Amino acid sequence: MSTEHSKKALEYQAEPEVVTRHDRTFWNVRAKRDAMAQSLPEWEALRDAADRIKKHTETHLDEYLLKFEESASRNGVHVHWAEDAEEYNRIVYDILSAHNVRKVVKSKSMLTEECHLNANLEARGIDVVETDLGERILQLMKLAPSHIVMPALHVHREDIRDCFMSTIPEFGEFRQEYFRRNPQLSPSEVDSSDPTMLTFIARLHLREQFMTAGAGMTGANFGIASTGDVVVCTNEGNADMSTAVPPLHIVSMGIEKLIPDYEAMGVFQRLLARCGTGQQTTVYTSHFRGPKPGGEMHVVLVDNGRSSILADPGHWQTLKCMRCGACMNTCPVYRRSAGYSYSYFIPGPIGINLGMLKDSGRYSGNVSACSLCMSCDDVCPVKVDLSSQIYRWRQQLDSIGRANPAKKLMSYGMSFVFNRPKLYIGALKAARMVNALPDCIVYSGMNAWGYGHRMMEFPKESFHSLWKKGIDNVK
Amino acid sequence: MRIGLFVPCYVDALFPEVGVAAYKLLKSLGLEVGYPEKQTCCGQPMGNAGFETKALPLARKYDELFSGYDYVVAPGASCAAYVRHFHPEIMKESGCTAAEKTTDIVEFLHDILKIKSLPAVFPHKVSVHNSCHGVRELGLSSPSERNVPRFNKIIDLLKLVEGIEIVEPERRDECCGFGGMFSVEEPAVSTRMGQDKLRRHIGTGAEYVTGPDSSCLMHLEGIARKGGESIKFIHVVQILAAGL
Repeated sequence: MSTEHSKKALEYQAEPEVVTRHDRTFWNVRAKRDAMAQSLPEWEALRDAADRIKKHTETHLDEYLLKFEESASRNGVHVHWAEDAEEYNRIVYDILSAHNVRKVVKSKSMLTEECHLNANLEARGIDVVETDLGERILQLMKLAPSHIVMPALHVHREDIRDCFMSTIPEFGEFRQEYFRRNPQLSPSEVDSSDPTMLTFIARLHLREQFMTAGAGMTGANFGIASTGDVVVCTNEGNADMSTAVPPLHIVSMGIEKLIPDYEAMGVFQRLLARCGTGQQTTVYTSHFRGPKPGGEMHVVLVDNGRSSILADPGHWQTLKCMRCGACMNTCPVYRRSAGYSYSYFIPGPIGINLGMLKDSGRYSGNVSACSLCMSCDDVCPVKVDLSSQIYRWRQQLDSIGRANPAKKLMSYGMSFVFNRPKLYIGALKAARMVNALPDCIVYSGMNAWGYGHRMMEFPKESFHSLWKKGIDNVK
Repeated sequence: MRIGLFVPCYVDALFPEVGVAAYKLLKSLGLEVGYPEKQTCCGQPMGNAGFETKALPLARKYDELFSGYDYVVAPGASCAAYVRHFHPEIMKESGCTAAEKTTDIVEFLHDILKIKSLPAVFPHKVSVHNSCHGVRELGLSSPSERNVPRFNKIIDLLKLVEGIEIVEPERRDECCGFGGMFSVEEPAVSTRMGQDKLRRHIGTGAEYVTGPDSSCLMHLEGIARKGGESIKFIHVVQILAAGL
């Protein structure tokens, strides 16, 4: 009764030490988040406030979107509306081609992943360079993100070294520069995959990209309706480099990213980094309010299914999500199966739900990846009811023809027996026969329980039977 | 006070001693304890698997059997949580009365009876297994994710037992990976989660793992036996009823 996720997760278990490392890495992020949560006495009140603000904004999105457009236009920003990924890609391409841009530098944006912007632009001859270090590593390795905030944390540094050596032509030159600037270090004593050195090489490599790009693209963590600010939070300053050097800045923003005003921003500013990475704040929180002198700034507001989500009474609250990644870090299944076990590009609890909202037929193989432990509900800064939503998706799988046949058979069988107390009591008596089954049956591939467990032994008598015989006499 | 004893199906079949301990403990506290013999299952396995419609007749039956009692007490936090939080939703058209009176035995002893002493003696070191639905649905202990004052009702009760030494594992309320149908649908991750949890319980040096859900304990015990580990497993009610 294997689902797509369970098959991939089984493959991932082939190297237990890789699982240990992945689990420990992301548990440490959760532990840092916990320390932040415990350090603010008003933590739970902040979550309540964030939940209320997001509910309010999402349910008044029509007003806030227009308000944002008005504010941004007043600031000299060109605002565009894209109903779906295709329209979004076309708008971005048109802006770039109107400015004869051949190369774009880009800070991290999950929306561009969602809309496959990079592939789209590259197919039309525009070079797209990711500038977030993790995203750049993945781009050079031709890999997809495995996490929405720390996309390359699963990649080992030896592999990054090999990748840089084969994809960055100036690798040797940059390495020499590193030792020239750090004369106290001896090249023979520094590990060839030394993280500081590799980061330095990436820095010089990216510096060249910033200097030669015709446009910079960013995502948006928040859009402030009252002022038209686009707020971008990064730790590397790459969004600032992407926008400071090239004359053209294009922002890609999902319509759910809006918040009303600066007071609301104060709430989210305090939550985002604490939840996402366990930092008090990201190193850079940049507010882009308008074009720089002589430059142009464009904001593309993208729907791509979001207004349909808003109309879905069981799942509209996923729109509150601000993509901090805390639900992934705490998810015991994500930590032990990693991003590529999920078929949707966003993994973990929020990804299971967003995938189902995108295409329930295509992404239903992820719905099994939840033990319903509910830890995600407790870490979520905006109180998305993630586990309840997964429970609700499970109820819908049968009606869309995606129920697991074996699980359905088990559920129907159990229900049949449980609805007939006499049959149930008979089954209790018969259960002991399982004890006598030979191991070759108990541990066959037919029995998923036998994969990791020694089979349990059924006792001589059930509680029902003890009660019937007179429970007060039981020793 | 008339108590209806709900013995979850798998406890009935696999851990009858847990039901016996619950019964004896409640009786020893002077309560009138009834056991409707037509009870079977609360419906959670089907609901969590995605077949709530198959849980509906069981929820109805449960309500019919238990609505006449002052409280329904179950030695099983996850089942009690399912009844209390999901039955009202499943039966929203017809309504239900037993769900809100349903408690896990730990919360019943701690919050309703507020017991302050027990005759039990258990001279062993135990590692407490804070099962997910007990923590995050019933509030048996403060969830580690949240900034709320720290408490643990299981530990409060165990402290009434003479001779016991109580510890908690690292990552005190991380899921053990049982999850009902999850363990058969995602056996690889479920097993790995169980192995990790087991290692942390063993790491405390405890002789026993104890908790309010025999389902988690069954999962961990199956993994322990397969891995040749000798640590023992016991439901918390068996410790509280020790000697009765």
